[in-house]
Amino acid sequence: MLAWTIYISFLGAAAMLLLPKGSVLSARILALLTAVAGFALALTSFLEHRTGEMQTITRVSWIPSLGIKYYLAADGISLTLILLTGIIAITGILFSWNIEERTSEFFAFYLLLIGAVYGVFLSYDLFLLFVFYEIVIIPKYFLIAIWGSTRREYGAMKLAIYSFVGSAMVLIGLVATYVAAGSKTTSLSALASFPYSHHFQMVAFPLVFIGFAILAGMWPLHTWAPTGHVAAPTAASMLLAGVVMKLGAYGCLRVAMTLFPLGLGPWSFHVLGLGSWRDVFAMLAVIGIVYGALVALVQKDFKFVIGYSSVSHMGFILLGLMTLNQIGISGAIMQMFSHGILAGLLFAVVGRMVYARTHTRELALLGPMNLNKVIPFAAVTFILAGMASMGLPGFSGFVAELMILLGVWHAYPLLAIFVGLGIVIGVVYIWRAMQKAFFSDVHTGPPKPHEPIPPISLPERLGAIILIGTSVLVGIYPQMLLNIIMPALNSPLFEGLRKGSWQ
Amino acid sequence: MTPINYSELLQLALPQVIVVVTALVVMAIDLIALRKRAIRIRFTVASALASLGCAAAILQILVHPAQANIFDGMLIANPLTHFVQIALLVLTIFTLLISVDSRFTEHVGEFVLLILIATAGMMFLVGSQDLLVIFISLELLSLSLYILAAFNKRSGQSWEAALKYFLFGGMSAAFLLFGFSLLYGLSNSTSLTRIAGALHGPSLNPLLVIAIVTTALGLGFKIAAAPFHFWAPDVYQGAPAPSAAFIASGSKVASFFVFFQVMALGFAGVNGTVTLSHLVRGWVPVLALMATLSMLLGNLVAIRQTSLRRLLAYSAIAHAGYMLLGILAHTQQSLAALLYYVVTYAFATLGAFAVIAVVEEQRGDDRLSHFDGLGKQAPILSFSLAIFILSLAGIPPLAGFFGKFYLFVTVLAATPNPVDLLWLVVLAIAMSAVSLYYYLRVLKRVYVTPPAIDCNAIHSPAVTQILVLALAAAVILLGCAPNLLLKWIDSAVQASGL
Repeated sequence: MLAWTIYISFLGAAAMLLLPKGSVLSARILALLTAVAGFALALTSFLEHRTGEMQTITRVSWIPSLGIKYYLAADGISLTLILLTGIIAITGILFSWNIEERTSEFFAFYLLLIGAVYGVFLSYDLFLLFVFYEIVIIPKYFLIAIWGSTRREYGAMKLAIYSFVGSAMVLIGLVATYVAAGSKTTSLSALASFPYSHHFQMVAFPLVFIGFAILAGMWPLHTWAPTGHVAAPTAASMLLAGVVMKLGAYGCLRVAMTLFPLGLGPWSFHVLGLGSWRDVFAMLAVIGIVYGALVALVQKDFKFVIGYSSVSHMGFILLGLMTLNQIGISGAIMQMFSHGILAGLLFAVVGRMVYARTHTRELALLGPMNLNKVIPFAAVTFILAGMASMGLPGFSGFVAELMILLGVWHAYPLLAIFVGLGIVIGVVYIWRAMQKAFFSDVHTGPPKPHEPIPPISLPERLGAIILIGTSVLVGIYPQMLLNIIMPALNSPLFEGLRKGSWQ
Repeated sequence: MTPINYSELLQLALPQVIVVVTALVVMAIDLIALRKRAIRIRFTVASALASLGCAAAILQILVHPAQANIFDGMLIANPLTHFVQIALLVLTIFTLLISVDSRFTEHVGEFVLLILIATAGMMFLVGSQDLLVIFISLELLSLSLYILAAFNKRSGQSWEAALKYFLFGGMSAAFLLFGFSLLYGLSNSTSLTRIAGALHGPSLNPLLVIAIVTTALGLGFKIAAAPFHFWAPDVYQGAPAPSAAFIASGSKVASFFVFFQVMALGFAGVNGTVTLSHLVRGWVPVLALMATLSMLLGNLVAIRQTSLRRLLAYSAIAHAGYMLLGILAHTQQSLAALLYYVVTYAFATLGAFAVIAVVEEQRGDDRLSHFDGLGKQAPILSFSLAIFILSLAGIPPLAGFFGKFYLFVTVLAATPNPVDLLWLVVLAIAMSAVSLYYYLRVLKRVYVTPPAIDCNAIHSPAVTQILVLALAAAVILLGCAPNLLLKWIDSAVQASGL
């Protein structure tokens, strides 16, 4: 039944193209219904499926001569991310209620993207996973290039090329792995249990890992992310930061790490104190955390602040993965969920609530508009989202970052200090942006905006409440997700990882 | 020598005979009955009749699939040749139907005649493993194509392109013939299998080296692989759209197939290798060099193009580079992968040319800026164009993606150690990442850029719309369910025992 999340989204996208021209409202409603239906399916499965173990959804032969199967399955990790996708899909539509131009096309691309994202999270066959992973690129490009803002064509092309280069690396790994394993199957579990040579894993692991990590915004390959996010329309940047970047992190865990666990093991030599790919990626992740936070600290454009904060937060996820212990990896998955919700919310505030009304994102210009008086809802939402994003207790960000920090403490005590530093700077840049955008002290007779600022609309309120509510719910009762994530990590798929370098 | 049984021969060549007879009938009808009519009517009738003829030939192949090998491979019929011939006929039918709306010539009968003669040439070409027959049918095909490229008498570009095509083609044919004559001298036979039997040996005869290089040059010209690609951009741009589509699709399929046969069968003993650690001389290194050059040059130069047809020409050079990998792997699987790739590639290219033809007809030429905002004015054509372009770029779930995947897998699996050919596969995948840039630029024009204010609306002819939709559906279907075609190709390749 979970497979219908994919089909419903694709059908919704197809239906959009059949709508008569100019039917704006019906397009919105149809999109919303599709997203709600997908979410309902995801939620039902989430509630029914309390053990977190792998369950097969569909398994039929697809290309028999190559042993490729149409194989969908879900475990706790997939379910968590499916749920996230459902929530982001709904709120993204709520926050793009104001799209007037080519509305049905917009939602067609949007739903196509959503369907492909569901597909990636549910695929249990490497070939199928890659197919869905690449489908994501095209709607992403058009969403930004057609409906975007600042330097949209540049941002869209950069994003598409980076993603495609990443997936080209994954494709090389996929083809090589498939042939190395005897060209018989592309099922993830079969490929994961095949004993590749140590040398092969040492080469294939970084190739595939980096291929996926490009999409996860790993420093120094993150530069597509801020420009892409800034150029994208609100819903698209919510999707990008909310779920698409998670595709990369998910691929790192599900494909690169499970297939080539030996690739994480130590080299026989040390370079600059780094003794394995694991050390290298952990180091890059930490640089990403600190660098993203520092750059966010000095941005003049409100949306760039959030864009770089995403790079910083994605660094937490990659670092969590590299801890290779239960708590660190579960923390990384929690962070995927939490960051998905919060980044979505932050982009919604900046892109929809503020930018769509003021037509500027310059922090210096926003200050004098007294936005905390004009649109108090936006200010409150941003404060809550900022608090969650800083990692205050009671929100999802706290649990996730705490778990990652604990994991890092076990694995890399020294790096934990830098992570702490990153969290502190995280507080500062959120604080600074909040101060400058909403609570500026400039009282030199605020210049009146050219047009009166309309109040926050109902769909926006609804979307914000859903996202904040989710974050609080997970923050208060993290067991809800952890109960299914933990058993998933103990499944046979991660056997090689547990036997190898797991601590 | 067994006595020749003419009725058996006729039976074997019946599909080709049907095509040729159709060609004559179409020309006769066009010249006798329809001469005074409007061009559109003449094109419609001629294309319809010719398509019927091709369909009859397909039917003949399907209903009476003959199995034969006459005179050491002079004329061959087996499931594999049947498959390729059917693919060629289908592509011809599409080409003919695309030309229904064109207005570039009054010589309708001759145009259709030439297309059908070229098709007959291709069918003989793929149905033979003998140097003489291969050469003659290749010339039959080439000569028809030269004239087809020049068919738009009103356009100087068309003339120029055809002249270039002819000069380069004549030269490459001379090289090919030279190589073939050396082969005959070395082996005392024109049959590919016999040649292979005579050629094996640990060291390469210098004459054999020349034979390998000149043969690869002559055939490399047909598939527009670098460095023998110079004709491609001009012909793709200058030739009338249906001719260009035909040159880019059908003739590619036939040429790749015969290239594979000549190399894998004729030079079976002198393969050589191209592993990074050590290089053994043979024909594989020559092809590896051609493939590398084609992938690099095609993809990098395509970035700079401002005309869609020239862009497709350079992308064709790049694709020729990928497909050469299938030849140099020379296994049964790689042949299957090559056939899947080239057939789906031909569909996508044909469709793209159909869309170009419409835009060109109404806007003057194929400059990329003429595609601005096409998405609004001609939604069906634009959607199909997007499908074709994305398939060429190798985006799943379209046929181009599976073609690439399968091709690369078979190339890696061709040698006992998968790492041997890895560098070529890595290069190919890296270059296809580059290609997304220029493909996306085309789609950006179509969907993102608003149309120019003074441009006239595009009227999309119904026939073309149906055709491109059918082609787009085929590209999607073959991408989502590659098995439909793959099962057929696999069994055909296995049955042929190549």
